[in-house]
Amino acid sequence: MLQDKDRIFTNIYGRHDWGLEGALKRGQWDGTKDILAKGRDFIIKEIQASGLRGRGGAGFPTGLKWSFMPKQSDGRPHYLVVNADESEPGTCKDRDILRHDPHTLIEGCLIAGFAMGAHAAYIYVRGEFMRERERLQAAIDQAYDAGLLGKNACGSGWDMDVFVHHGAGAYICGEETALLESLEGKKGQPRMKPPFPANVGLYGCPTTVNNVESIAVTPTIMRRGAAWFSSFGRDNNKGTKLFMISGHVNTPCVVEEELGITFRELIEKHAGGVRGGWDNLLAVIPGGASCPIVRADQIMDAQMDFDGMRAIGSSFGTGGVIVMDRSTDVIAAISRISYFFRHESCGQCTPCREGTGWMWRVMERMRQGNAAREEIDMLFQVSKQIEGHTICALGDAAAWPVQALIRNFRPVIEARIDDYVSQHGMAAE
Amino acid sequence: MAKLIVDGIEIDVAPELTLLQACEAAGAEIPRFCYHERLSVAGNCRMCLVEVKGGPPKPTASCGMNVRDLRPGPNGEPPVVLTNSPMVKKAREGVMEFLLINHPLDCPICDQGGECDLQDQAMAYGVSGSRFIENKRAVEDKYLGPLIKTSMNRCIHCTRCVRFTTEVAGIAEMGLISRGEDAEITSYLEKALSSELQGNVIDLCPVGALTSKPYAFHARPWELSKTESIDVMDAVGSAIRVDVRGREVMRVLPRLNESVNEEWISDKTRFIWDGLRTQRLDRPYVKADGRFRATSWGDAFATIATRVTSTAPERMGAIVGDLASVEEMFALRELMAALGVASVDGRQDGTALHPKFGRASYVFNATIAGIEEADAILMIGADPRREASVMNARIRKRWRASGGKLPVFTIGAPVDLTYPHVHLGSDPAALQHLDAGALDVLNAAQKPLIVVGQGALVRHDGLALLSLAAKLATEVGAVTEGWNGFSVLHTAASRVGALDLGLVPGEGGRDVAGMIDASAKGELDVLFLLGADEFGAQHLGPNTFVVYIGSHGDTGAHRADVILPGATYAEKSGTYVNTEGRVQLGNRAAFPPGEAREDWAVLRALSEALGRKLPFDSLAQLRAKLYSAHPEFAAIDTIPAADPQAINTLATLGGIVRPEPFVPLIADFYLTNPIARASKVMAECSALARSGHSIAAE
Repeated sequence: MLQDKDRIFTNIYGRHDWGLEGALKRGQWDGTKDILAKGRDFIIKEIQASGLRGRGGAGFPTGLKWSFMPKQSDGRPHYLVVNADESEPGTCKDRDILRHDPHTLIEGCLIAGFAMGAHAAYIYVRGEFMRERERLQAAIDQAYDAGLLGKNACGSGWDMDVFVHHGAGAYICGEETALLESLEGKKGQPRMKPPFPANVGLYGCPTTVNNVESIAVTPTIMRRGAAWFSSFGRDNNKGTKLFMISGHVNTPCVVEEELGITFRELIEKHAGGVRGGWDNLLAVIPGGASCPIVRADQIMDAQMDFDGMRAIGSSFGTGGVIVMDRSTDVIAAISRISYFFRHESCGQCTPCREGTGWMWRVMERMRQGNAAREEIDMLFQVSKQIEGHTICALGDAAAWPVQALIRNFRPVIEARIDDYVSQHGMAAE
Repeated sequence: MAKLIVDGIEIDVAPELTLLQACEAAGAEIPRFCYHERLSVAGNCRMCLVEVKGGPPKPTASCGMNVRDLRPGPNGEPPVVLTNSPMVKKAREGVMEFLLINHPLDCPICDQGGECDLQDQAMAYGVSGSRFIENKRAVEDKYLGPLIKTSMNRCIHCTRCVRFTTEVAGIAEMGLISRGEDAEITSYLEKALSSELQGNVIDLCPVGALTSKPYAFHARPWELSKTESIDVMDAVGSAIRVDVRGREVMRVLPRLNESVNEEWISDKTRFIWDGLRTQRLDRPYVKADGRFRATSWGDAFATIATRVTSTAPERMGAIVGDLASVEEMFALRELMAALGVASVDGRQDGTALHPKFGRASYVFNATIAGIEEADAILMIGADPRREASVMNARIRKRWRASGGKLPVFTIGAPVDLTYPHVHLGSDPAALQHLDAGALDVLNAAQKPLIVVGQGALVRHDGLALLSLAAKLATEVGAVTEGWNGFSVLHTAASRVGALDLGLVPGEGGRDVAGMIDASAKGELDVLFLLGADEFGAQHLGPNTFVVYIGSHGDTGAHRADVILPGATYAEKSGTYVNTEGRVQLGNRAAFPPGEAREDWAVLRALSEALGRKLPFDSLAQLRAKLYSAHPEFAAIDTIPAADPQAINTLATLGGIVRPEPFVPLIADFYLTNPIARASKVMAECSALARSGHSIAAE
């Protein structure tokens, strides 16, 4: 279990002062100038050495991403964009960083922005996060007043501006290129890649889009060293991570833990155990709504990190653990997730636009059992026709929960169908 | 150049090509809906998926991927692309299934049936049968005006229409609203589109969501006979295809001509066809006691002969209209020469252009394709959006290609060109004392383009303005080795041909204004009108005997004493010379109605009745005579060379420029010629445009 001295987010529960004074007391903004003085390459190398992987869900190595930014500007400005459009069901960590520990993020913006040659950072905050946005803006204003941002930020000689932009409540705007479109004032629809944002991003300029947590942990990594950060977790899954535990546990919470902690330990230590005991555990979605659902027996002793979740056929995602006990109608749960993706599909490309609605409708019938057994395979095929055929990953995200449900809970669906047929006769044609 | 292997065939292509283009270069067929060569890449239909070896284990949209973004193999082998692998086949089947689940099964009552991309590709790449048993999506139809019929259930959200209207037509009036499966293409406000090019979205729409409203349920594509021809609605000379069923023209579609219209046509070109049926002159008429009496050809000719033989040549004249082909103008010229008539004018609008100044003085020297090389544009008395809509799209294309940096200046009545431009003034003073900033830009430009519109040339001081424009062109370096930016924008399909033929008053002859004047004074006894309707027939004196040869009962026929029914452009084979000076041949798609005949044949028959028999009995013989007199007309689809020295000469003419401001040349885009004025569709568009203006004025 992670010791308190090794926590990066020391005010994640908001028990202390969120403001600059409190942040300074907690050691933030300490020696930022010295960190910058070590130079861009040092920072990027250090982040690479720390093994930090992106905290937004895909787990792309953060230092590597930064290294894609051109070393020399070709005349175009560079931009850092922070993705605070946290909308994935089951995910709620960025919100706590924004409202309780905003200075970790702001300091991170300065360090990351410096490392990639950006003088401007845009923080795209989810539209529904109004108070969080106000809090973040207030913290930024404090930083400006204290000379930590703006011209010659922290006395480092580097100019850094941080702007807060708020979305209008679209999940798809959390996709990095859709976010850039939205930031530019256009309709939030993902762009085709390539070109990647590191070449052609915001306003056609080199841009890096990072998750809030990825940026917010960098100051501490720089202060305590890559070796410290990489001492947590196992190879390829280093560091500490905010876990969000929701669902049928006794004490749902957001907690910072070491990567690789077992599921059992995570739930026992921080969430007060599964409601009704471990025997009552039915299924878990380990990383937010888009991650494949797994059975209790698969996850109970699995390690909570990128590789651990991949090993059981799921994905670590953002670390938003949704726990479901045996009272859960697992088909209804996945159907609701299908509805979410149907609702949030941007409608740009065919498979996702047409397929998400189709899947949801079939799922709704399967929830009642009003389907034929053959339709289970058809549904699986339809999900496969969406996965990998779309512009962005929303198509994949919509397909995975359904695929995992069929993979892991097929008998439940079949039983539901059989029940329906025995009660109503033939399923509706 | 970059090497890649497509389906086992190694090809070498430009690295900036998309995979789709590279695959086509290798001979592979890639299905697509959203991709269009002339529009930006959307990548949303996902039909063009191909497999790229060594990439991520999923198919790639070939329309959005550039060849240069492909990674070579581990030992530097060329990248491998597969277009017919099992993965690709499955991907296409999947996408096709998704496209069809919410697409209505109304092909039997869909106007797109038979020429539908979705139909064709479903046959080629889809699977038979459907697994979708849910209810299909219903979408409300949208109102887009009198030209485009919508059936939004059929829409597959390819956004070609949105991209066309915003990128090419330059109107931000269409878009995709809502999201996910609720996404809809809409005009937002249920308002008619305001573009003169909107009809092109009908061709662009790969399904039957946007179809032609006037053509709705009139014909099926397989019943139509298709004739390739040339449009005469403006002086652009767009390549068109005229589709005919039986005797009737059912629709007009664009053809590809990269140097002229690319693949766009204006709405007037496209929707004019109902005007070909109404108000037609289908038999000869003779006016007696103020009323027209239907008569025979012989009687009509005899009536004319009586008048002509008793009239001195200097008391006769002839005016040619806007839609005449070179052949009939040649026949008219020969007949008038035989009669000794010097008062012949092919410039019914009174433009100051004259063949004596040289060909370069009256054509669009820069050429339409050349617009894409221009790096600064000055327009004088021109409104290309209304006078040559398709050409305006080309200027807009140039402006877009420049990243919105192309400097465009206008002098003349204020216009909305769909791209930003600096209006330097509404009167000729703005040209006489050109804005210093604009002058600097034109001077600095490598290939400045000076467009002179008829709005400047039909004025009384037209020649002085023409000379002034020529002077400016030479001064700013618009006329150099390899570039001639001095360009005259014509509005009439017949005009350049008439000037090439030398249809201007001969020794002692009168021009159009002179003839009207003479007629009012009683000095003009016989006037031949070859499709001339817009020169001001109402100002003719009462004692002038008017012979009207033409197709429609319009102002010219109204004033006539004898009407000889002719053929429209769709009903005759004719040569037209567009504003660039490009010689093009239009073909006959249908036959003229009733007793109407092709105009050259009418003139030939008339010549015999007048005792001045023209020396040709067939169109081929006429053309042989024409080509021997004017070899340049034989070089179809080429632009005969024009000596740019003419512009220097023009520049020295000088003349007195008057201070009155320029006025718009085209009062109503939809009603510029007799065919358009006979068209119900054009009338509807015109009324809508006028009501739109009145709303805007409030």
